[in-house]
Amino acid sequence: MSSMNAQEIIRSLEAEQMKPVLPVLHIGDTVKVNVRIREGGKERTQSYEGTIISMQRSGINRTVTVRRVFQGIGVERVFLVHSPRVESMTVTRLGRVRRAKLYYLRDRIGKATRVKQKIVRKST
Amino acid sequence: MSLGILGRKLGMTQVFDAEGRAIPVTVVEAGPCPVTQIKTEATDGYTALQIGFIETREKVLSKPEIGHCKKAGLEKPVRHLHEFRMDDVANYTLGQAVTVDIFSDGQVIDVAGTSIGKGFAGGQKRHHFARGPMAHGSKNHRAPGSIGAGTTPGRVFPGKKMPGHLGNVRVTIKKLTVIRVIPERNLILIKGGIPGVEGSLVEITPNKKVGR
Repeated sequence: MSSMNAQEIIRSLEAEQMKPVLPVLHIGDTVKVNVRIREGGKERTQSYEGTIISMQRSGINRTVTVRRVFQGIGVERVFLVHSPRVESMTVTRLGRVRRAKLYYLRDRIGKATRVKQKIVRKST
Repeated sequence: MSLGILGRKLGMTQVFDAEGRAIPVTVVEAGPCPVTQIKTEATDGYTALQIGFIETREKVLSKPEIGHCKKAGLEKPVRHLHEFRMDDVANYTLGQAVTVDIFSDGQVIDVAGTSIGKGFAGGQKRHHFARGPMAHGSKNHRAPGSIGAGTTPGRVFPGKKMPGHLGNVRVTIKKLTVIRVIPERNLILIKGGIPGVEGSLVEITPNKKVGR
């Protein structure tokens, strides 16, 4: 029997699978996600940009829901951030929001769907 | 008719495969299990291998159990014993450790354990009965309904599905896939769920083909 308890063993197994560096993501941020997709035996990278409206779970199970409005139709994709299929995620714009889930954006159209930009001043 | 191993269910997580898909896995700490008794045709009338699992203190065992472990030449007595019927036991010696390397990645296995106890459960939960309407003045929500005809036969047939104790019974799940074996840490990752609460004892055996 090992000296580690069950949770420690599982966490160490997950640590092997997790990406060492992840961008710091916040609700309301606009992110660009590069996803590896397979099309007819060939693999290529597709990029997808939108607003993070929800983050769920933690550790290896962490997912983010990214919403964008494409040709007048709202599209939401859920990404498993540690998945090898998610090649990279870059924050293109910081958002200033006051709640943890931005589901209210689903009911809005046009200009009302914009999230206020967060201005970060460099300290000192 | 093949050797299995005893393990402790640790919990579930997910791992990524070569394609990048997330696969749900159950982590089981299995073995090392020392051989505690070798049964042969000559001595017992059948061939089998008995293995033990989880080293423990003598205090928690009875005197016969301690004696049995001593006879096998174990340094520390074991808490659980389990026997596997075998075709041939010539390659095994007393005290030899059975480890997870008897399994390989991608192998199809059966896992047996004691399912989670649900206590006294009603018909909906225990036998998947349909429930009655919840509204429109109905008072029949989760009741079992009719349990049989009237004067003829004048009794309830044996085996009628009714509310009662659910779970906490031995369950075997067949044809599970081994995703990864980690011999240096005595771990085995099995695709999907397995019976029992976390920390419970499970038996892992190579898949037994039934029929054909």
